[in-house]
Amino acid sequence: MAALFDQSFDPSADKPQFPGASAEFIDHLEFIQPNVISGIPIYRVMDRQGQIINPSEDPQLPKETVLNFYEKMTLLNTMDRILYESQRQGRISFYMTNYGEEGTHIGSAAALDPKDLVFGQYREAGVLMYRGFPLDLFMAQCYANADDLHKGRQMPVHYGSKDLNFVSISSPLATQLPQAAGAAYALKRENSNRIVICYFGEGAASEGDAHAGFNFSATLECPLIFFCRNNGYAISTPTHEQYRGDGIAARGPGYGLMSIRVDGNDVFAVYNATKEARRRAVAENQPFLIEAMTYRIGHHSTSDDSSAYRSVDEVSYWDKQDHPISRLRHYMTAKGWWGEDEERAWRKQSRKLVMESFEKAEKRLKPNPNLLFTDVYKEMTPNLNKQKEAMWRHLQQYKEHYPLDLYEK
Amino acid sequence: MAAAARLFWRSSGVKSSFSGLSGALQSSLRVTPLELSPDCTTKPKTQIRHAAHFTYHPDPVPTQYGPTQKMNFFQAITSALDNTLASDPTAVIFGEDVAFGGVFRCTVGLRDKYGKDRVFNTPLCEQGIVGFGIGVAAAGATAIAEIQFADYIYPAFDQIVNEAAKFRYRSGNMFDCGKLIIRSPWGCVGHGALYHSQSPEAFFAHCPGIKIVVPRGPVQAKGLLLSCIADQNPCIFFEPKILYRAAVEQVPSEAYHVPLSQAEVLQEGSDLTMIAWGTQVHVMREVASMAQEKLGVSCEVIDLQTILPWDKDTVCKSVVKTGRLLISHEAPVTGGFAAEISSTVQEECFLSLEAPITRVCGYDTPFPHIFEPFCIPDKWKCFEAVKRMINF
Repeated sequence: MAALFDQSFDPSADKPQFPGASAEFIDHLEFIQPNVISGIPIYRVMDRQGQIINPSEDPQLPKETVLNFYEKMTLLNTMDRILYESQRQGRISFYMTNYGEEGTHIGSAAALDPKDLVFGQYREAGVLMYRGFPLDLFMAQCYANADDLHKGRQMPVHYGSKDLNFVSISSPLATQLPQAAGAAYALKRENSNRIVICYFGEGAASEGDAHAGFNFSATLECPLIFFCRNNGYAISTPTHEQYRGDGIAARGPGYGLMSIRVDGNDVFAVYNATKEARRRAVAENQPFLIEAMTYRIGHHSTSDDSSAYRSVDEVSYWDKQDHPISRLRHYMTAKGWWGEDEERAWRKQSRKLVMESFEKAEKRLKPNPNLLFTDVYKEMTPNLNKQKEAMWRHLQQYKEHYPLDLYEK
Repeated sequence: MAAAARLFWRSSGVKSSFSGLSGALQSSLRVTPLELSPDCTTKPKTQIRHAAHFTYHPDPVPTQYGPTQKMNFFQAITSALDNTLASDPTAVIFGEDVAFGGVFRCTVGLRDKYGKDRVFNTPLCEQGIVGFGIGVAAAGATAIAEIQFADYIYPAFDQIVNEAAKFRYRSGNMFDCGKLIIRSPWGCVGHGALYHSQSPEAFFAHCPGIKIVVPRGPVQAKGLLLSCIADQNPCIFFEPKILYRAAVEQVPSEAYHVPLSQAEVLQEGSDLTMIAWGTQVHVMREVASMAQEKLGVSCEVIDLQTILPWDKDTVCKSVVKTGRLLISHEAPVTGGFAAEISSTVQEECFLSLEAPITRVCGYDTPFPHIFEPFCIPDKWKCFEAVKRMINF
């Protein structure tokens, strides 16, 4: 990349002098053809039976680390099942599962430093899970109860944690990409050896903000990992209606981004790619793009029935034959680190943990309605203060028409 | 988006900056930048532009903040940015073409003084600039973003309205981008037509979570910009570009603050209250003199300064005293911020009002090139409104 800008202006040489690109002349007409039939290869460390394919790529993680990966992926899966059902029963208003993408979350989160700043989209709960976000706080956010760090203001699954360096999720897609570039720039100036990781789906990558984020991060040399979860669908839209190039990874080089495509159902491949991208992002102050190929096994959200636009067979293939959790379990079983007994015990225990948090969250009151007015600005403005007082006068007069008893006093 | 504009303004901006330098600060304060261009004088009879629609009233020399220097508007901005970069090592300035000094010269010399990593060009992409700025601020640093013309802020509308404004609220105050400031040239300039003339403040006034500030001259500009930078909320700072060179006065060299959300009563009066912001304040001051001279009407002139959150108390207090309110802005009348002021004052001061609140604003058209003299709410339109209100 540096070479492009180092070349000096030399009017005597019979070679192109255009400032906009560094290239040779060519004397015949030839359009560059996109390489979409045989695209950027998909990096894999273990096969579908959990066998390491190339020993030199084996990260050789210790048993406790691998067990932790597995426990976090399955705990997320258990929480997903329970919260999905609770939405079906009308107990929370909305939910989005992470089925099939657990490996992308855990593998990448494990390769980061806990101080690295995370910007996400909404299907990255496993990153928080890996960093130790308590089940109680996941539940508090979904129930928007008085324990919710976000004070009940956002829809369910819009998590965030200052302590865990996970920036609060917002619904508008791809807005976090240029923001991540800005945050990475600020971290670079701090000399803190921290980087930023920014997750997004392949659909969000079509937004203008994705273009902005890629380009800004390259020109401003930001220590940043763009992590794309390419799961084949943006709600109902399949990827062939999303783009016609070779996925997202192929766009990286166009921006001057170091890019790689990995098997998103292979937690070790995700881990290795993220680890190396992090190492180089810190050392070289440059952005990296990782496209993790995966499959969205669940519905887009609880407001979506995906059988309206894709076949049950297709979903079943990924669920039964190429799932990040079962693949890691094969690996652990082969190592003799995991068996039926451990599986049964952990299933039971994880379910219990989730149910306990779930019941606690459901019983909790909602936050005080005053919190409707705070944090709009850092300070309470006179205008908002008046509106707050007006609301309370109104509630005083019409209290029987409002669910005041569900809220903290 | 701003590519065509860049070409247009870069050439003219540089040209006028040269003439600005050679002629020092222009003796006539009424001329607009492009009138200085030699190209404009080749056919004097047909090419002479319409006289500026306002007379700049310099602020009194501020004495409380130490030594002052003669500065025009853009120099006062540079001075504020200079003070900020000197005192806050996290502060960075970025946008399109800010590195060489900016198309309006607001960042001249700052890159040499503070380094390439603190004053830098971005790719040409407004949504990227604001998104990037939000990220810088979220990581705890001071982010001063420039949007080259307020007319080109709309590609960043989503980042401003959905992201910057809601960052603190939605995260329960865990994260914020309070250290973000977006500066942008604003308002009519004599010949800017549709995309170098706009006053988009009302679009943003409907958005809780941001602050919007428009100064009327160099002294206010520096003090208000430094307040925006110090403020812990994302701010949009609109700079009336017609004043960049035209407004000259004594400005303190050191940092000082003019409070946000505080209107300023520039001239006390008893018969009618006039509210405006930016360049229009100077139009109002002239109308107030005309009203006094020709009609014997005593006008109270108020510079609102902060559009959001705005200073209702000062405005309502004035209207309770005078009983009449005239609001004027360059932006189109329908959905303009005058509507908000008018409606609020009507609610708060109903018993004091002796005439309908009157809005003299831009027409509900795009901002035209050759028809600018007819479309702006100039002193004659405002004067006529005063006459009608007094005779109501």
